[in-house]
Amino acid sequence: MKIPNVITAMLAGIILTLASLWFGQNHGLMPVAASEEAPLVDDLFNAMMTIAAGLFILVQGALVISIIKFRKRPGDETDAFPVDGNLSLEIVWTAIPVVIVLGLSVYSFEVYNSMGGLDPMASHDHGPHQMAMTSGAAIAAPLPGMEDTMPPATEQKIALGVGASPENQGNPADLEVNVMGLQFAWIFTYPESGVVSGELHIPAGKEVQLNIAAQDVLHAFWVPQFRLKQDAIPARTTELRFKPKVPGDYPVVCAELCGAYHGAMQTRVVVETPEDFEAWLQTQIALQKDAASQTVAMNPGELSDGEFLTPFVRDMGIDSAALEQLHPPAHHEHHNS
Amino acid sequence: MTTAGIETTVKPPEPHGESDGNNWRKYFSFSTDHKVIGIQYLVTSFLFYLIGGLLAEGVRVELATPDPDFVDPQLYNGLFTVHATVMIFLWIVPGTAGFANYVIPLAIGAKDMAFPRLNAVGFWLIPPGGILLLSSFFVGAPGAGWTSYPPLSVVGDKAGQLLWILSVLVLGTSSILGAINFLSTILKMRIPDMELNDMPLFCWAMLAASALILVSTPVLAGALILLCFDLMAGTPFFNPMAGGDPVVYQHMFWFYSHPAVYIMILPVFGMISEIIPVHARKPIFGYQAIAYSSLAISFLGLIVWAHHMFTSGTPGWLRMFFMIATMAIAVPTGIKVFSWVATIWGGKLRLNSAMLFAIGFVSMFLVGGLSGVMLASVPFDIHVHDTYFIVAHLHYVLFGGSVFGIYAAVYHWFPKMTGRMMNEFWGKVHFFLTFFGFNLCFLPMHWLGLQGMPRRVAQYNPEFATVNMVCTVGSFILAISTLPFLFNAIWSWIAGPKASANPWRALTLEWQTSSPPPVENFIEEPVLWSGPYEYGIDTLSDRQSVDELLTEVKGEV
Repeated sequence: MKIPNVITAMLAGIILTLASLWFGQNHGLMPVAASEEAPLVDDLFNAMMTIAAGLFILVQGALVISIIKFRKRPGDETDAFPVDGNLSLEIVWTAIPVVIVLGLSVYSFEVYNSMGGLDPMASHDHGPHQMAMTSGAAIAAPLPGMEDTMPPATEQKIALGVGASPENQGNPADLEVNVMGLQFAWIFTYPESGVVSGELHIPAGKEVQLNIAAQDVLHAFWVPQFRLKQDAIPARTTELRFKPKVPGDYPVVCAELCGAYHGAMQTRVVVETPEDFEAWLQTQIALQKDAASQTVAMNPGELSDGEFLTPFVRDMGIDSAALEQLHPPAHHEHHNS
Repeated sequence: MTTAGIETTVKPPEPHGESDGNNWRKYFSFSTDHKVIGIQYLVTSFLFYLIGGLLAEGVRVELATPDPDFVDPQLYNGLFTVHATVMIFLWIVPGTAGFANYVIPLAIGAKDMAFPRLNAVGFWLIPPGGILLLSSFFVGAPGAGWTSYPPLSVVGDKAGQLLWILSVLVLGTSSILGAINFLSTILKMRIPDMELNDMPLFCWAMLAASALILVSTPVLAGALILLCFDLMAGTPFFNPMAGGDPVVYQHMFWFYSHPAVYIMILPVFGMISEIIPVHARKPIFGYQAIAYSSLAISFLGLIVWAHHMFTSGTPGWLRMFFMIATMAIAVPTGIKVFSWVATIWGGKLRLNSAMLFAIGFVSMFLVGGLSGVMLASVPFDIHVHDTYFIVAHLHYVLFGGSVFGIYAAVYHWFPKMTGRMMNEFWGKVHFFLTFFGFNLCFLPMHWLGLQGMPRRVAQYNPEFATVNMVCTVGSFILAISTLPFLFNAIWSWIAGPKASANPWRALTLEWQTSSPPPVENFIEEPVLWSGPYEYGIDTLSDRQSVDELLTEVKGEV
């Protein structure tokens, strides 16, 4: 009986390992990986899925086998053989998780570093906008009544988020876009050309830096296909720097609850070839020359959301479904007093 | 020997506690009896669970289709905000406190809790807290999520948000009063023979959870009071436009609210450690490892809060620190899971309703634990933070974990509390419906989150419509699964078969007195004649005499 047990255990171990390895690579749970950073996250996720699948099968398998094999036999009112511990077994199942989580920590650290998360320009908190301190004000407090929440466009600045990957640190990105989140839309400003858009267009294969700000409440900029997300925080600039790779049309999702129409706060990011991107940019410049004053000289605080958003809806191709949500029949006096 | 004496004296079916006739009124009074208070907690919190469940059904009906067509979007935000708040502060926290109240004095051989009046005050804060919270629907429910992040929470309806803050402050106070009581009771009221290492593991778990409550809840109170000033008086603590910082609120909030997860799961860990050995007829595997891992979780739970803020205003080094600390929690948690599995392995499993829910707990909590380790990893968390992956994860921990565990505990301790047995058939129907509905509702949400569906939305991309419909169907099955339980519990309480003092032949002290126990718990001082989990001594005859064993067995009718 001993030998078959050993063989069964070995076979079970092999099948468990193969099944976990297979599942870790073939779960198909992630959407398209459209940025250079995304495959790094996916590989990490696959590794974690492999380990998780192994542990899942091990524990659930033990439970199922127990239910079948160790259920009380009819008429047997006795207790089971008392085993109240096993030091070496306990050391093993303490040590294995220690090794796993240390390994995952190191691996995650490496991935995060390669993505640019530890870029010194993006990983030190300097509080809300660094401003001169007024006497008596709290440390690092910005000047009261500061209106300019748009991040300054050109000079190198420190912002939280995911910055340049180690090989690009210190170099400016190929393209900078200022991202403003507001209830319930995204506005993208291209500081070099002055183009303002409701959709994000970016060239494939170029380093893109998004300087993210919020006008009213917290929002979060998320593109699932880039595996990148960063909160937009009023009076504080955050950043995401990445290299889009696969041309296509992807959703930009607001991932931080921002009010009643949070779910409608979506637009798209278009990754296109550098030539197509340049062509789009030129069209926008031409369009914007015609209607330069429409979107800039406006104080959103005086307008209701619907009124405020109307020009964006008109100019920026927000689709009709989203438009419908932005014009609720009633109740929109609730948010943003 | 003394215990054996008690058991024979309680053979007449009239339980001591109910001998004084129509005593149902005591459950509506300011009783200082820990057993009355325990049942008050449990029944009250279960009523709030039903309300919280109805709110969840509102959310799921809205999400059955991609369009926001069921309720007004602002009301929708109120539904999930109040759902989460009810489930946390009015169901799981007071529900586990109910069991701790009922069981712990009995399990350590005490006559009552250390501070009976404080105990009653703690309970009687719950109903006003709950009414405050639910009344917010009449003035515009709070719509900023249970996290109530500013600035959103201070720019909306003031009245609803204020009620939310007041309610959570009241309920937090109740939780603190309970924690003081549990700590004092467990540390000071044990019968003289019971050393710390002789305590049932539920006591260890409550020590760990109570310590967490005492350290973290005041910080939440601080955050909420500041938020209240911002909301009502226009102070700028968290207002970025006037020099405040909303990220500070997040730190303060999560300094409580991450430990809150352990406050909700540690007591359940403890209850599971009680239930599994009894029904597996086998000693708990690795008593000390389970006991000390509760303390380790309690400590580590205090230094992981910023993993809720990996995409917020947090610098890279801080994200790395909290990633590693969070990963470390997997170690003590893993020890517990492996120990439970090892306890089950090789047992003689009584697969009754309590045991089914206990095994279901281990199985479902495992899924939540595995996704929890993934979420600790910053690069992956950045992708899934604030998505349905999180919704799936947290429900596997708090429903698959805490609620399954609470159900297991109800089936396990119901005979002790009421003196009646529950119906096993309907208990099993309840289990299988719950297990199936739960997985149908929450398993697909992992996929939704990974694919790109954010949480807290009333509308979503049509590509997610089918899977959301599946989740909604699952949630209906889950809702229906409550009915067999409800009717089983009510019917059994009134007319179920009488329970003996020790129907499960368990060894902890609460089973060594009548069911339900008399007013001060034990007719005679209980004697600690066995460790809490020394099952299987009939196969080894080194310590216990067979006589003792037989009298113990005689407890079963």
